[in-house]
Amino acid sequence: MKSAIGQGLREIEASDIGELEKLARTIRARIVETSHRTNTPHLGSCLSCVDILVAAYFHALRIDPAQPRDPERDRFILSKGHGAAALFQVLALRGFYRESLLATYGEDGGVFAEHPPAPDCLPGIEAATGSLGHGLPMGLGMALSARIQRRRYNVIALLSDGECNEGSVWEAAMMAAAQRVEHLAAVIDYNKWQATGRSQEVLALEPLVEKWRAFGWSTYEIDGHDMKALAEHLSRVPDGSGKPVAIVAHTVKGKGVSFMEDDNNWHYRIPTAEEVAAAKKELGVAP
Amino acid sequence: MRNAFADEITRIGREDERVVLLSGDIGNKLFDRFKEAAPGRFYNCGVAEANMMGVAAGMALCGLRPVVYTITPFTTTRCFEQIRVDVCYHRAPVVIVGTGSGLSYADLGPTHHSLEDLAILRTLPEMTVLAPADSIELRLALRQALRLNRPVYMRIGKKGEPLVHAQEPEFEIGRAITVRGGTDVCLIGTGVMVAVVLDAAKLLAQRGVSARVDSFHTIKPLDVERLAEIFSRYGLVAVAEEHGRIGGLAGAVAEWLAAQDSPSGRLLAFGTGDAFMHEIGSQRYARLKFGLTAENIAAQVTANLRARCET
Repeated sequence: MKSAIGQGLREIEASDIGELEKLARTIRARIVETSHRTNTPHLGSCLSCVDILVAAYFHALRIDPAQPRDPERDRFILSKGHGAAALFQVLALRGFYRESLLATYGEDGGVFAEHPPAPDCLPGIEAATGSLGHGLPMGLGMALSARIQRRRYNVIALLSDGECNEGSVWEAAMMAAAQRVEHLAAVIDYNKWQATGRSQEVLALEPLVEKWRAFGWSTYEIDGHDMKALAEHLSRVPDGSGKPVAIVAHTVKGKGVSFMEDDNNWHYRIPTAEEVAAAKKELGVAP
Repeated sequence: MRNAFADEITRIGREDERVVLLSGDIGNKLFDRFKEAAPGRFYNCGVAEANMMGVAAGMALCGLRPVVYTITPFTTTRCFEQIRVDVCYHRAPVVIVGTGSGLSYADLGPTHHSLEDLAILRTLPEMTVLAPADSIELRLALRQALRLNRPVYMRIGKKGEPLVHAQEPEFEIGRAITVRGGTDVCLIGTGVMVAVVLDAAKLLAQRGVSARVDSFHTIKPLDVERLAEIFSRYGLVAVAEEHGRIGGLAGAVAEWLAAQDSPSGRLLAFGTGDAFMHEIGSQRYARLKFGLTAENIAAQVTANLRARCET
């Protein structure tokens, strides 16, 4: 069977940056609404990575939602599994499942937990994450598989800055460099916070870009809310350097809702109905 | 056993292009023939076992059949969470091999002992747990493990272990093998302890005690049909493993036994005690220390049989 993946990509390329930004606003509004309705935390973490997810799923990834298990597809792993509430909205809008399925969010017996379920449980999910530091090693295994099986797909793993506390992240970084796995990219959603404090204060993360460079990766530092920069960089894997690609994306936790931005209380806080209304107004999404 | 493993994985790797061997910076020369037979399918993952296990899971999810190999503590307790989440939760067909298990590396000290692996690995959903008795069982177990299409953990010894089987036995994962017939007592061994209980059976025979010996090469799924048969026939059943007495094969048997309608029969467990071994010593010394010798097993069995006759 011939892969329909290439076809999907051309279609997406036609859409402009403004459309992607509009999509990101819609998704942000739905995340805030869902958090309120289902008591799902990690709102700040979800909002900080929405633009990255939109640029990946609606521009860079060569995927076909009708064939979620196509062996030639690009793989995207939300290694920061606590951003699942954002991913679930993105996958629905991208067509991996019906949007109406999201009505079951948080229900007993459903699939939408606070973290992505096992891949067999929901189309579009490549790895069940939530325990941090797992996504990059698994992504590396998938990227090495492409080499062994002579396929040409890319693997992109999205990590949080707090996640870079985990030693397994750096184990994977070293092996990817040793094997020169150029079809692998790590995107770091660098919102400067982890659950209980500034990521710099907790485990002295800086200099983060230099760390990835020193580990043998080709590094880029971009504004993680600049849709054009995201779309371009996520599409440029491999980048010609022969190395794995690390994109340190500077982001704002809670991005898009002024009273949530850079306020770490929203790691766990659930918005009230009034706050949801205010957020939607700011995002320009109809109540 | 590790030479038999290297030889068998080389044969399998030559036949099956999906098989990939991942090693945690050991066995480099050991796998030279595999590297020739399966070019591009050997990865030295370095001293980074958490990553190695995640990499293996990622490969398995892409249709490959990774086999992960390193010294037992580092491929089990070191990266237990990766086994639990990346391998088992994803139902990823990864075969995890722990070499030098139990007290094989007694002289390297407790960092290199593995007396907990069977206990913790069998708690994981989706996981199959194997401990072949000798290199013959190992070859058969490895082939079947790769055909299972699901997570498998297999603990093996190091080298020079005696053969338990004179010829290739009928082997099926989940079905114990009767190695020697007997009427008075049943001795169940797993892994390298099968050879020891066979020796114990020979000592018992000299004392007029007829002992049957079974190889429980599969700890999970437990061969409960075989257990039912054994406990219906024998009043005394001994289980021997180069593993702690907490949670290993004896623990699994005890869990099963306690859940029977009318549990009968005495279970005698031979394993290591609830302690680290602080002295140095050979595997032989360590076994002596923990009572894992044919002589001790025969003596305990004899004493128990005598006590049962007297009551």
